[in-house]
Amino acid sequence: MNDEVIIQVRDLTNQFGPQVVHQHLDLDLYRGEVLGVVGGSGTGKSVLLRTIVGLREPNAGTVRVFGEDLLTLSTQRRSELERRFGVLYQRGALFSSLTVAENIALPLIEHAGLNRASAERLAKSKVALVGLPSLAGDKYPTELSGGMVKRAALARALALEPDILFLDEPTAGLDPIGAAAFDQLIRTLRDALGLSVFLVTHDLDTLYTLCDRVAVLSQKRVLVADRLEVVAATDDAWIRDYFHGPRGRAAEQASARIS
Amino acid sequence: MDAASPKRDAAQMPDNPCGSITAIPHDRSSVKLSTMTNPPYITLPTADTAALKVGGDWTLAHYGALLGQVDATRRSLADSLAADISELGSLDTAGASLLVELLGADRLNRLLPDAALSEERRALLQTVASAMQQTQQAPEQPTRSTYREFFGHIGEVVEGVWHKAVGLLGFVGMTLSAMLLILLSPRRWRLTSLASHLEQIGLNAVPIVALLTFLVGAVVAFLGATILTDFGATIYTVDLVAFSFLREFGVLLTAILMAGRTASAFTAQIGSMKANEEIDAIRTLGLNPMELLVLPRVFAMLIALPLLTFVAMVCGMVGGAVVCMLTLDISPAMFLYLLQENIPLNHFLVGMLKAPIFAFLIAVIGCLEGFKVTGSAQSVGERTTSSVVQSIFVVIVVDALAALFLMEMGW
Repeated sequence: MNDEVIIQVRDLTNQFGPQVVHQHLDLDLYRGEVLGVVGGSGTGKSVLLRTIVGLREPNAGTVRVFGEDLLTLSTQRRSELERRFGVLYQRGALFSSLTVAENIALPLIEHAGLNRASAERLAKSKVALVGLPSLAGDKYPTELSGGMVKRAALARALALEPDILFLDEPTAGLDPIGAAAFDQLIRTLRDALGLSVFLVTHDLDTLYTLCDRVAVLSQKRVLVADRLEVVAATDDAWIRDYFHGPRGRAAEQASARIS
Repeated sequence: MDAASPKRDAAQMPDNPCGSITAIPHDRSSVKLSTMTNPPYITLPTADTAALKVGGDWTLAHYGALLGQVDATRRSLADSLAADISELGSLDTAGASLLVELLGADRLNRLLPDAALSEERRALLQTVASAMQQTQQAPEQPTRSTYREFFGHIGEVVEGVWHKAVGLLGFVGMTLSAMLLILLSPRRWRLTSLASHLEQIGLNAVPIVALLTFLVGAVVAFLGATILTDFGATIYTVDLVAFSFLREFGVLLTAILMAGRTASAFTAQIGSMKANEEIDAIRTLGLNPMELLVLPRVFAMLIALPLLTFVAMVCGMVGGAVVCMLTLDISPAMFLYLLQENIPLNHFLVGMLKAPIFAFLIAVIGCLEGFKVTGSAQSVGERTTSSVVQSIFVVIVVDALAALFLMEMGW
């Protein structure tokens, strides 16, 4: 395994008023890996993601991305680094006043220096790549179904050919066929482009088919972050329930059949 | 999990030319979109080589430059021509999609099995090719003539105005019937909601209404003083201020302020609830959005606007009195005496009578526009604008009609 760390979270504390979400949290993301982040509802998975991409200032601790602390950088330098992130938000966060193609073309025009015509042409091919019908490019986000919004948001996240992809529950709300295709697409892209993927998910199938390592958020920190077999064998009540409950067993058997 | 491992190892082998991996720089200076110095190229077949040769870095950084080349080359490309892609440098999805456009999905699929490519890159090209193949046959939009478009647009707008008017009348009817129904059963009165709306649209608006009408009252008095001096009739400034504020300005200024301040708030509140599917949730919980959202707002408006109108009348006349005192030497006591002597009560009643009508119209338009929001941020903005414009328009039209009517009746 490539052991170059591109995201390094150390001693992180996040709290909202009296409620402490993270305390002394450490986490690494290695280059080229898919890291699945799991945890019960309310354990701060999305908060962690927001902290890493720099949307939230942690109460204590450091987050280093490509070896640099986003919060201390100049605006311009920070913007340069942020262009190498692709973020897929839980509810898509597509700009509702732009069509899907315009949503994807926006970062291309702003950052990649393309003119509108070529940006929209490239946007069309991204629309196809994530498995949307070509007519979807001219539609507005409100005219799309939940699953299509997810795909369109992935296309926008991929627009600038990012090095790190942050996915917040990408397969939630997708039908099983769509979810499997999504997993396959992420995997192809990861293999071909060497993407690193930070994946927040509840989908056990995604964990089994896609993730190289799994990090479990519990008790305000990362309880364990390792290969799936190691994590599943960890002696902890929550982990036992999660991986060896009825759904966990089914997903494990399914993945065993495939491989 | 295990199935993925061999691929992963291959991807990390140092001699693997996977561009984006090596593109991630270690030094600070090179974090840019274009980190490569290996420009892409397309070479047409020559006497030596029978194949089209493609090489260099096909990445987003070179997309703009490559696009023109690809379009120019594609036209002169025979279907049977072979292609050589073994000299490709780095490749990302942008480059891959261009490559598919250049070579065509079919040719690429024929080419891929024998090409000297890594497994991952072949998978990427295959994925992009099959994705683009499925959507290649997008139907062409039929072009319409300009005239047709022009007249069509006029027709659409006229029809829209008609639908809007019918919709507004329908909503007014619905609100009225709901109001009557709820008046009969006091248990369904939403007093908490009513009180909170009263505070927001009534109490909180007092300062702005008072200040604005005070200033307008002063201005009207100034105008009167300036013009009436020529006729030696400066004493009628008092009548001018009182007449205008009791009959028209008090209620009209308040209504316009409320249209800007409250109708927009109603639209935005209900609109964002609509966008968030909260209205649907209210319906499926067996509740009535009319009763829950619209009626408290309408009732609050019906109570607040007359009260604010009264504040406006008083403040406007105070403004006039201050100017009279300062420039015309009419003391406040004199002002009050003239007011009592010259101005009959019916002017006050005419003004106050219009207040609930305006209140109802403003509240109903604000709520109705909120229900018309469709979910995008843009539509919330459009509907809010529309609700302010419509309610000001309706208020002024109704006021003009009322003025004509009342004048004819001699009230």
